[in-house]
Amino acid sequence: MDKNSKPDSDFEKGMEPIAPDMTPDSINENVAAGEPGASSDDSSEDMSGMDAIINEFLVESNENLDQLDQDLVDLEQNPSETNILASIFRTIHTIKGTCGFIGFSKLESIAHVGENLLSKLRDGELTINPPITSALLSMVDAIRQILSCIENSQNEGDVDYSELIGTLTSLQKGESVVAAVPAAESTPGPVQVEKDEEPPAPVAEVDEKTQSSSPAPAPAGVQAGEENSPKQQESRALTETNLRVDVKLLDRLMNLVGELVLARNQILQFSPNEHDSSYAATTQHLNLVTTELQEGVMKTRMQPIGNIWNKFPRVVRDLAASCGKKIHLEMEGKDTELDKTLIEAIKDPLTHIVRNSADHGIETPDVRKAAGKPEEGTLKLRAFHEGGQVNIEIIDDGGGIDPEKIKNKALEKNVITQEQAQRMSNRELVNLVFAPGFSTAAKVTNVSGRGVGMDVVKTNIEKIGGTVDIQSKHGQGTTLKVKIPLTLAIIPALTVVTGGDRYAIPQVNLLELVLLEGEQAVKSVEFIQGAPVYRLRGNLLPLIYLNEELKVDKKHDTDTINIVVLQADGHQFGLVVEGVSDTEEIVVKPLSQQLKGISAFSGATIMGDGKVALILDVIGLAQAARVVTQNRERAQLESSEKTQATGKEKQTLLIFGIGKEGRMAIPLSMVARLEEFKRSEVEKSGDQDVVQYRGEIMPLIYLSKMFVGNQDYQEKETMQTVVYTQNGKSVALVADKILDIVDEAITVQRGSNRKGILGTVVVQEQVTDLLDAEAIVRENDPTFYDDQSLATV
Amino acid sequence: MADTKQFCTFYLGDLFFGVEVENVQEVFRYQDMTNVPLAPAAVRGLINLRGQIITAIDLRCRLQMEDWAEGKLPMNVVVRTEEGVVSLLVDEIADVLEVPEDDFERPPETINEITRELVRGVYKLKGKLLLILDTKKTVHVGSENSVAGTI
Repeated sequence: MDKNSKPDSDFEKGMEPIAPDMTPDSINENVAAGEPGASSDDSSEDMSGMDAIINEFLVESNENLDQLDQDLVDLEQNPSETNILASIFRTIHTIKGTCGFIGFSKLESIAHVGENLLSKLRDGELTINPPITSALLSMVDAIRQILSCIENSQNEGDVDYSELIGTLTSLQKGESVVAAVPAAESTPGPVQVEKDEEPPAPVAEVDEKTQSSSPAPAPAGVQAGEENSPKQQESRALTETNLRVDVKLLDRLMNLVGELVLARNQILQFSPNEHDSSYAATTQHLNLVTTELQEGVMKTRMQPIGNIWNKFPRVVRDLAASCGKKIHLEMEGKDTELDKTLIEAIKDPLTHIVRNSADHGIETPDVRKAAGKPEEGTLKLRAFHEGGQVNIEIIDDGGGIDPEKIKNKALEKNVITQEQAQRMSNRELVNLVFAPGFSTAAKVTNVSGRGVGMDVVKTNIEKIGGTVDIQSKHGQGTTLKVKIPLTLAIIPALTVVTGGDRYAIPQVNLLELVLLEGEQAVKSVEFIQGAPVYRLRGNLLPLIYLNEELKVDKKHDTDTINIVVLQADGHQFGLVVEGVSDTEEIVVKPLSQQLKGISAFSGATIMGDGKVALILDVIGLAQAARVVTQNRERAQLESSEKTQATGKEKQTLLIFGIGKEGRMAIPLSMVARLEEFKRSEVEKSGDQDVVQYRGEIMPLIYLSKMFVGNQDYQEKETMQTVVYTQNGKSVALVADKILDIVDEAITVQRGSNRKGILGTVVVQEQVTDLLDAEAIVRENDPTFYDDQSLATV
Repeated sequence: MADTKQFCTFYLGDLFFGVEVENVQEVFRYQDMTNVPLAPAAVRGLINLRGQIITAIDLRCRLQMEDWAEGKLPMNVVVRTEEGVVSLLVDEIADVLEVPEDDFERPPETINEITRELVRGVYKLKGKLLLILDTKKTVHVGSENSVAGTI
């Protein structure tokens, strides 16, 4: 049976709606006759057939109601949009028809008055205004309430909706009323009246009590001319190309794909031992197909974030009404997709953040006016993909967060000590709102201010491997940034070795790898009261020794130190491991009950050789070792303050050294990777030095030879290179040393007439040449950019 | 004919144990496993069983018996419990026995405390006693770990 078909069409065939006093039992025959999917020849199936119809009705109605919420809010803003109105009307009409059919009289009577009101609107006898919208929204809430009652207890519940029906009836007669109390938990205050209307009068006496028991049945064929509107056709087209699939089946497929990925990884490991070329070709093919299959199955589980955002216009509207604020909601990137399980997991946290921003963030119109801002506040939701993660930003232009206020509050509530408060940067203070039991709302509203919430938001987001960060400028607004992985099931991870065992570290947490050898290894780890630290480009990085954390013995003492630089919870630390293997896609499996309590591990996986490896929980490790670093954040904060002061665009630059003194910069956006090659790996292709890299031949360009003219690069054991990739072609620019990555607002001091230099900039108060990568690459290989037009930097 | 029950049996030292057949998924020889640092002592490691990761519980350790002799490799009895599928490491796997219910008796008070806690009862067979393990209690290894500074 086609589950997406709107029952509309069945009701338009001139079927008389059944009298509402009929019990479900007595209408089975009608169902069997008129409803596709009910088997007419098997009377024993009637009840279960009925259940199936009811279930379908519930699922479909709930979907439609979500759409309704949004449509109504849209309609209020564009009252002339007839097709929105038509779509609302259709939905209510469908619900009404179906419940008359199944025998839900209460629901039918509500939908009926709503439909009458809507038909008046549609025919232009009434124009939409806030009281009407509120009443219609309350109607949607009432319908939702009844539906959930039906779902849970198979009856319509015993709430009395006569007041709501009265309101809807009188509105339909063109009388003005104060909005009825919606069934939802928010209580709208005085309704904001726009346009030149009189303020709403108190509730008009409803002169005739509407009998909620026997609504006049709608004449058959009431559908007006929008039957063939484009939207209708579009939805028909959709039903033909769409299927509903049970989520359990998708989960199972996902598991199987996970198994396949593991088997693929194992086969690839045997690959080098076989010298049969057809075998190699087959494995290569298997590899590609598996990757594509994995992506395909992942996509089936992806849902646009709009599915949860669609509720927000309504949430924000109700909130604004109840707090007497004006809020304009903007949404960007609604079709950004992420895994279904994640969508469900972030629904509540996001709703909470949005409510918070509307409640605490955006000020009342008079306060905004006094501050010289437009009366209407803006709340903006942005979602976009970046680096294998989904970023969600919730931006408001409200009052922002006052760090001082937070500090005092935190001291008062003993969240921090006086001494800690002294040492905290503004940004850290602002992030205290995530501390448990912290709330800055001056008074407890029914919206927020109970001091639970933001901490729960943070834990829920971190539970799914995400991070949340808050930035605020007092008086100007607040931005919350939530980053979450695209999926939880299959993730890229780095394998490290300690104590002879392998552990996987999710790449999401990984910043960089540092290898210290010989002399360096001995010297560069310093101790502050016994706590090991390493100076990473001038910042102190606290170190954690993995073998100590896991209480395992070192397998062998080497004179090298491998530091895996990780980020957890906004802090950075270095994890010292005995060896670093490579990265591979791993399938995350949960740990059994017996091991759930170990905070150092988040799960287990099966590696390419079939052995089990544990997945490290980076946040758990950091907490266990109590790693806190503020330096980098401070540095970032200071530089960002500087930027705001100068008001220039910031750019992320990679800084590297050339020759003895030279400093050069290249925008990080042009850098594909940083790689290190051994001198011994360099081969010749003609007179061009090349290396084999990821199955391709990559030319090397020696920058120091080009700019300084020295030949030092030939002496070095290893070469630091910047890999630059365009359209699948790569070149490696050989630098003498990689110095730093900085975010700076730059102004190019002067143009340059030197080849390969765009100009000179001042970075970190030092003169630095800005590299013209394209010119250099073109110089080296004039055909590199053929067949492509390139945007210049 | 009196009621009978079937048990999958195995040895641990000179003790003869049994687990209800319907709770046993499979038995297999020793397989390499991955050590889990910080885990409770009775957890010996993780095994990849055809793509399923299962926890192996060291029954000797669980019953406070002495460790396996050097070079002696234990065998796996994989049991299904409410807490998932777990492997029990044992010395030797024996037959599936059908025993009459009448021979059942509560464990005597004199055996060591932990064994009495995990053994549901004893079947008096000819020439030996069959101790029946309560799998649920056996695999419930407290995950109270001693990670320093765990919050």
